[in-house]
Amino acid sequence: MFDISLPALAAQVFTGLVLGGIFVLLAIGLSLIFGLMTVVNFSHGALYMLGAYLGFMLLGLTGSFWAALVLAPLLVGAFGLVIERFLIRPLYGRSPDDPLLLTFGLSLVLVEVARLIWGKIGLTLDPPKALDGAVNLGFTAFPLYRLFVIAVTIVVLIALWLFLEKTNVGLIIRAGSRDPLMVRALGFDVGRIWFLVFGIGTALAGLAGILAGPMRGAYAEMGVTIIIESFVVVVVGGMGSLLGAIVSGLLIGQVVSLTTFFAPKLAEIMVFVTMAVVLLVRPSGLFGEAGLME
Amino acid sequence: MKTLGRHPILVFFLVFLAFPWVVPYKSLATQVLIYGLLALGFNLLYGYTGLLSFGAAAYWGLGAYGAGLTLAKLKLASLWAALGMGLCAATVGGTVIGFFCLRRRGIYFAMLTLAFAQLLYFVGFHLADVTGGDDGLRGITVPPLVLPGLTIPLDTSITFYYFTLALVVLAVAGLTRILDSPFGALLQAIRENSDRAAACGYDINRVKLLSFVFSSLFMGLAGALDALRLTVVPIESLHWSTSGQVVIMTLLGGAGTFFGPFVGAAAYLVLEDRISVFTESWPLVIGAIFMTFVLFLPKGIWGTLLARLNASRAPGRVS
Repeated sequence: MFDISLPALAAQVFTGLVLGGIFVLLAIGLSLIFGLMTVVNFSHGALYMLGAYLGFMLLGLTGSFWAALVLAPLLVGAFGLVIERFLIRPLYGRSPDDPLLLTFGLSLVLVEVARLIWGKIGLTLDPPKALDGAVNLGFTAFPLYRLFVIAVTIVVLIALWLFLEKTNVGLIIRAGSRDPLMVRALGFDVGRIWFLVFGIGTALAGLAGILAGPMRGAYAEMGVTIIIESFVVVVVGGMGSLLGAIVSGLLIGQVVSLTTFFAPKLAEIMVFVTMAVVLLVRPSGLFGEAGLME
Repeated sequence: MKTLGRHPILVFFLVFLAFPWVVPYKSLATQVLIYGLLALGFNLLYGYTGLLSFGAAAYWGLGAYGAGLTLAKLKLASLWAALGMGLCAATVGGTVIGFFCLRRRGIYFAMLTLAFAQLLYFVGFHLADVTGGDDGLRGITVPPLVLPGLTIPLDTSITFYYFTLALVVLAVAGLTRILDSPFGALLQAIRENSDRAAACGYDINRVKLLSFVFSSLFMGLAGALDALRLTVVPIESLHWSTSGQVVIMTLLGGAGTFFGPFVGAAAYLVLEDRISVFTESWPLVIGAIFMTFVLFLPKGIWGTLLARLNASRAPGRVS
């Protein structure tokens, strides 16, 4: 049937893992923001793009990839705070569709601004010297930078988990996603938590952007397709569920990667087919609770 | 003035009868009508049923490819067959996709409609043998309009405009009929409070699906007409940016108002036509305008005007 070489297949699984990592970072940000604020941030893809471009700019300014890797997500997160404060906050209390519509408009603006600043042709980002080259994994040689992306994703996820589970602020965030009214009644300023969470979520999008930069380059439209795939990840995982976002991100990463291996033309289509199947079997997603936040 | 107010469809017809002589060039007028019809279909779902779809491109594209393939690949040189195939494709697509998307409520719905439309986009993109893929579907020749005892060639932009106008007026009348029926009242009840509508004993999922299918029917007709207007179906017609465009047009005009979609389509297309002369960054301009509307003018141009007018007199049914 297929002429499968195992090492090539294993390499493809690893590629899927890297892609899955990017999906997870994006979907967790989306899911965190949604779970707490019932805001679907349509500009998440544009902020991902901004992360890559800012990374490129900071790399040029500081000469250090590491500085860019830390600063770019922080800048995107800071920009996210501005968005929340001036654009999302006036819409609280209105239909949940309104923030979605607004951030959709924002994404149009951001993509066009990126075209004006950085041009229509994509830029390439070089991975740092220390991460150049490939490692022999035993079955295949794999680019070191991609392994690094997997490692960063794992570290960030652990840090996020510790923050949400072990700190007081994390406790309030989790409580706020269950019952914001009760949290407010207990005397906490829910608005400040929303502000913070929007910043964290958008910073994760920025991080995904700069991590993806050396693999895929930076171009104005880079967030346009991936935002829809991230939506799919969130829907498959179950909206508002962080574990769901992780499992589903990795799953969709493998679906894309393995379909690319066997039938490249079907890769994008399979993502949506997976979603349709999950919806048929489990309408609330793999880890979603039925009726939650509808 | 009063009699005119009682016959909004007549007013609509008269306005658009003169419209081609107001805009810079005739084909822009046709474009306004067709996109207005698309937004009208979208508005049935969003403005009246309260379901925000980001997948209008799917039904628009199905309508366009349905009509285009009939003429270009099946070589059936019949206008009615082309339009019929477009409508069929959009309705079948709307029924299947609607079934899936309505499994989830609220904000999920927007994401699901977007995802399914994007699925169709990739299918259209990769099925290049049938759809022409990236190059678009070419080779469409517009057959003459055949009516009993009458054959009118649609080869000038003005005859095509009035042919489009006739169909759009029919569609507008059809939608008025839907909205004025008990079914139409039920749609608005679902928009206002779907739990309460369910508690009243209505099968709201079925009603929503029907609204979804009707909406795709209108959008499919618009797509089919656009295939005839352009004589080519670009792959972008299935791309989600088309869905975004419709969302913007409808909100600019005023979601949930009857003629808002046409006002919005006219505002969008005329503005795009004028502004593109000065700058390439049209998305930046329209994105900023759209954000301003969401923040400060959520009722849109037409909706705000109506609200001003209605402050002094009782609201009419079709507004």
